[in-house]
Amino acid sequence: MIQLKINNIELSVPEKTTILNAARMNNINIPTLCYYPDLGLQSDCRICVVEIDGQKGLATSCSTKVREGMVVKTNSPRVLNARKTITELILSNHDANCTACPKNLKCELQSLANKLGIDQNRFEPVLRVKPIDTSNPSLIRNPNRCIKCGRCIDVCKNVQGMNVLELMGRGHDAEITPAYGRFLSDESCTYCGQCASVCPVGAIIENDETDRVWKQLHDKDKTTIVQVAPAVRVSLGEALGLPIGSIVTGKLVTALKLLGFHYVFDTDFTADLTIIEEGHELLHRVTNNGVLPMITSCCPGWINYAEQRYPSILSHISTCKSPQQMFGALAKTYFTKIIQKEPKDVIVVSIMPCTAKKYEAKRDEMKSDGIHQDVDIVLTTRELSKMLDQMGVDFAKLDETPFDNPFGITTGAAAIFGATGGVMEAALRTVYEVVNHQPLESIELTEVRGLDGIKETSVELGGNVYRFAVAHSLSNAKTLVDQVSNGTSPYTFIEIMCCPGGCIGGGGQPYGTIQKTRRDRIEATYLLDQSMPLRKSHESPAVKEIYRAFLGEPLGELSHKLLHTHYHSRQHT
Amino acid sequence: MERKLISARCGVINPLSIDDYIKTGGYVALRKALRMERIEILEEISDSKLRGRGGAGFLTSTKMMGLAKESGPMKYIVCNADEGEPGNFKDRFLIENDPHQIIEGMAIIAFATRANHGYIYVRGEYDHAIEVLQWTLLEARKHKFLGNNIMDSDFSFDIELRSGAGSYVCGEEFALIESIEGKPGRTRVKPPFPTSIGLFGKPTLIQNVETLVNIPAILTMGGKAYSKIGMPNCTGTKLISLSGNVKNKGVYEIPFGISIRKVIFELGGGIENNKKLKMVQLGGACGPFIPEYMLDMLIDYERFEEFESKTGAGAIIVVDDRFDLFDLMLRVVRFFEHESCGKCTPCREGHAQLVILLQKFIDKKASMKDLISIESLARVMHQTALCGLGQSSPTAIISTLRYFRDEYIDRCDIWTN
Amino acid sequence: MDLTQLLAQYPHEENRLIDLLLDIQKQKNNHFISEQEIQMVAKHIGVSEAKVCSVISFYTLLSFHPRGRYVIQICRDIPCHINHSASIVGTLEQLLGIQMGQTTQNGLFSLEYSSCLGHCDAPPSMRIDGRTYVHLTPDKVKAIISEYRGRTP
Repeated sequence: MIQLKINNIELSVPEKTTILNAARMNNINIPTLCYYPDLGLQSDCRICVVEIDGQKGLATSCSTKVREGMVVKTNSPRVLNARKTITELILSNHDANCTACPKNLKCELQSLANKLGIDQNRFEPVLRVKPIDTSNPSLIRNPNRCIKCGRCIDVCKNVQGMNVLELMGRGHDAEITPAYGRFLSDESCTYCGQCASVCPVGAIIENDETDRVWKQLHDKDKTTIVQVAPAVRVSLGEALGLPIGSIVTGKLVTALKLLGFHYVFDTDFTADLTIIEEGHELLHRVTNNGVLPMITSCCPGWINYAEQRYPSILSHISTCKSPQQMFGALAKTYFTKIIQKEPKDVIVVSIMPCTAKKYEAKRDEMKSDGIHQDVDIVLTTRELSKMLDQMGVDFAKLDETPFDNPFGITTGAAAIFGATGGVMEAALRTVYEVVNHQPLESIELTEVRGLDGIKETSVELGGNVYRFAVAHSLSNAKTLVDQVSNGTSPYTFIEIMCCPGGCIGGGGQPYGTIQKTRRDRIEATYLLDQSMPLRKSHESPAVKEIYRAFLGEPLGELSHKLLHTHYHSRQHT
Repeated sequence: MERKLISARCGVINPLSIDDYIKTGGYVALRKALRMERIEILEEISDSKLRGRGGAGFLTSTKMMGLAKESGPMKYIVCNADEGEPGNFKDRFLIENDPHQIIEGMAIIAFATRANHGYIYVRGEYDHAIEVLQWTLLEARKHKFLGNNIMDSDFSFDIELRSGAGSYVCGEEFALIESIEGKPGRTRVKPPFPTSIGLFGKPTLIQNVETLVNIPAILTMGGKAYSKIGMPNCTGTKLISLSGNVKNKGVYEIPFGISIRKVIFELGGGIENNKKLKMVQLGGACGPFIPEYMLDMLIDYERFEEFESKTGAGAIIVVDDRFDLFDLMLRVVRFFEHESCGKCTPCREGHAQLVILLQKFIDKKASMKDLISIESLARVMHQTALCGLGQSSPTAIISTLRYFRDEYIDRCDIWTN
Repeated sequence: MDLTQLLAQYPHEENRLIDLLLDIQKQKNNHFISEQEIQMVAKHIGVSEAKVCSVISFYTLLSFHPRGRYVIQICRDIPCHINHSASIVGTLEQLLGIQMGQTTQNGLFSLEYSSCLGHCDAPPSMRIDGRTYVHLTPDKVKAIISEYRGRTP
C-alpha cells in the first residue's frame, strides 16, 4: 500500500493506482473528459490535471501513478484555472448550440462546463464548419461537435480492429475522419456503433428515427407492430433511472402499449425459431458434407464485416436471417394474414440494442413481398428511452404486461441471445437433444459464457466430438475468421457477435457501458433464462405452432423463402 | 575563446573519407572501449557529467544506466538528428562535416549498454546530410566499425538510417519513436520512459547528435579531465548556432560559461549594418526573447533552467531594432500552431487563440483583459501540455511578458474592456 | 518505376511506411500520392487506408494533391525572415506568376512555405527538389529558376 495525501487527506491505496482512481476510491471526484475506463489511456484532454508538490507543471491524474509520500491538490486555484481554460479552449472550437444537440443533458462536455461554472468564454469561436455525414442509415457523424478526445478511434481500432477512423492532419486542423475525409458509407464501416456509445459529445450518434415512429403511431390507417430484442429488457431500465442489470420486460411491454403500438411482440420468439432453422442447417451441413465451420448470422455488424472484409468465407455463414428479420418477414406475411391487413398498412418497428440493425432492416433482400421492407423502423434502446421521456411516463412505476400472441411465448434459450455465447448455448441445448435423443447433462454451458474474448467447448454428437467456438468484438472475431479463411479452423460451429459482451454491449445501448455494466447485464440475462419455464427452443409451443400452421418444416420451402437469405461481397476496391 | 573538442575536424578533413577520420584519431576511442569493462565506460561518462545537448540537459549517464539495467534481447540506440528548431543547424554541421564521430559515439554507447541495433533519424529536409550518412554507414560497415564482430571483437551492432517527412515535433523522444515505427509523430503518455518501453516496445536510448559525438572525446581524454572543461555543473563544450542580424553567422564551439554577449560580439563580430541589437532569442522558437541588458548571462544549463524550455540547444538568434517584437512572436506562435501534433487540447487549441490575441496587440486593439488572457493562456499551456512542444512553445510569450511588458501595455487600449 | 515493382522492394512492415511513401512521391513528376496508390500501399503494408491517410496528412513532405515538377519550399522562420526572405517570396511569386501554395499552370513549379530548413547561417534559404539554396538574393533566385526552366525539354 502507498500512503499519500490528496487535498490534505491522508490516504492509503494499492501500488500502481493512478491519482484519479486513488481520489475516486476516496470520494474525491476529479473531472475527466477523454478518460474512459475500458479504453486505452489517451491523456489528451488534460482536464484531469492536478498539482503535485515538487513538480513544476501540472500532471494528468489519469496517467500518473501514486508514489509514497506524494502530496496532491486536486482543487487549487492553479488547477481550477487550468481546467477552466482548457474547457473554454475546447468550447471555442465546438458547435456549442446545446439545445439543438441530441446529446443535450447527456453530454460529458456540457456537464463538465457546468460543473466548472463556465458561464462565458474568454476565447473567440474558431470553429470552421464542416459537412455532416448522414450517408448511412445507422450513424451520423457531426465533426463540428468533435472534441478530438480519441475514444472513437481507440474503440474502432483496438476493440473492433477496424481502424476506420483516424486523427488526420495536425495542429489546429487536426480532425477525426475516415480515409480521405470520406463518409462512413464509403468505408468498410460495420455500423456497430461502438464509437457512438463512447463519444462524450454529440459528434457520433445513431440516426434518430423517433419522430418517424411518433408519426406512424398516430397514423390512423396504420397498424403498428413492435418487436423487442432480448438484450433491451436488461438495459433499458438503466436509461430510465433503474439500477444497472434491472430486468424490465413487463414494464417495457406496458410502456410500448402506452406509446400506442397495437401489438407488442417479442423478438425472442424468432430467436427460438432461429435456433430451429440454424440447428437444422448445421445438422444438414454436417451430414451432407456441407461447408464447415458454419458461422452464426444474427449479428448485422458481423455480416457487414464479413461482406466487406472476408467475402471468401460468406458460404460459411448460416443462411438464416437474424431474429429481427425473421420476425419482420413473419409479421408481414403470416401475421398480416391473421389480422387481414395489407403489408403496406402495417408498420413494423424494432427496439434493438444495435445501430447496425438500422442498416440491416434496409437491405434489399429484406422485402418478403418484394416491395415493402419487412422491418420499417429500427430504434435503439437509447431512442426508446428518449421516446419514453418525451411521453412523460414514470417508467419505474409501470405495471407489468405480458407480450402479445402469437409471438409472445418464448424460452430461456432465446433470452440468452443477448449475451456473448448465448446463441451457441441455445443452439447446443437443442442440437444435442435432437441428435443424441437425450437432454444435456447440464443445461448451462458455462464454457461459452463470460467475457473472455474467445471461448470454446466440445460436445459429443452422435458419437463424434465436435468443437465449437464463440467470439465477441471484431478483433477477436478476426482470429477465428482468419482460421476459417485459411482453412485451419478446428471448429464445426462458430458464434460471432460484433460488440464486446454481445448485444447487451451493443452500440445502441444506454451510455456509459463499461465492463462492469456488461457483467451486470449478462447476469440479468442468465437470471431471466433460469426464471423461464421452458429453456430449450424446440420445446416452445409457439414455434411448434407456427411450423404446424404456416411454415411446414424447418428448412422447408416457405422457411427458405421467408427465414433465409444470402450474402454478397461488398469489398471496397 | 573557441575550444574545439568535437568540431576540430570540421572543415579540415574530407567528411566522406573514412581514412581522413582514422588518420585524425578516429575510431581510437571505440577500440579503447571494446577493451574496457562496460561498467568502466559508464563510469567515465558519469565522471564527465555530460548532459544531453538536445536542449533539456538531462545527465547522459543517467539515461545510459537506465538502458544498461534493462535486460531482454533487443535494445535500441537512436540518434536524434531531427534538428527542426528554427535557428539551430549545429547537428547538420556535425553530420555534414564529421559524420563518423556520430557512428563511433553510438557504437561505444551500444557496447556499454549492450544495445544491439541503432537508428539515426534525420529530418527529411536535410537532403545532403542524409546522403553523407548513407555513405558513411557503408564505409563504416566496410571497415568493420559496424556490423557483426566489430573490429574483430565479439560485439555486433548496426545502424539504420531513417528519414523524417516534415514534422518538427518528431524531435520529441516518443514522437520520434512513433515516426520510426511508421506512424504520425504524436507523443505517448510518460511514464514509461523510452529507456524501459521505447521503440517497438523495447528499451531505447535516444541521444542528440551533439551528445553522441562527445562520447569518443570523453573516452579519449577521460571523464574526469572532460569534467574540468566548462562550468562545474555544466561541463564540456557547446556548439552554438549563431544566426539573425549578426555579422559572422555560423556554428561555434565554446566551453560552457562564456557569456552570450561575447559570443555575439566577439565570435559573431557584432550586429550587421551598424544596427542596434534589440533582443536575442535563445535556443530557437521554443526559447525566450531576452533584452540587451541580459546578454552577460553565461551559457550554462543551470542558468537556462529558469526559462523552463529547451533553451539549451544552443541557438542564438540576434534581432536588431528594425523588427517588431509582436510580428516575430506571431511568427513563433504560427510555427507551433503549424507544428503541433493536434493530440492534446492546450496545444491544439491554444496556439489558435494565441494567434488571435497577438493579432489584437499587433492591431493595437487589445484590452487589459486581453493582456490577462494571453498571460493566463500561455501559462496554462506551459503547465498542462502533453509534450515538450506545447510546454515550451509559450516561452516566447512568457519571457516577453516579463522583459518587454511595456510593449504589451503600450499596445493596450486601457480604456476598453 | 511501376508501383508494383517499387512495393516489392519494401517489406510488409508498418515501420517502412513513411520511407515507402516518400519513395513513391520521389518517383513521380507531380510528387503526390493518389487514392489508388494509398489503397495499394495499405494492402502491401497491412494497415487501413485511414492509417496511411493519417500519415500523409501529418507530414508536410507528403501530399494528397498533385504538385509541380519542382517543389520550391521557402523558409518562413525568424532567422530567414529577418534576413529578407520576404523579398525572395515576392521575387518567386512574380517570376512564376503564382501565389504561395499554388502550382504553375504548366505543372513545372509549386511554391510552398517551409518550417526552418536549418540553413540559418546563410539566409535566406529555399529547397527545390532535394537541394537547398542559400544566401539568396532576387538575382540569384532568377538565375536558379531559369536554370530549372532550361532543364525540361
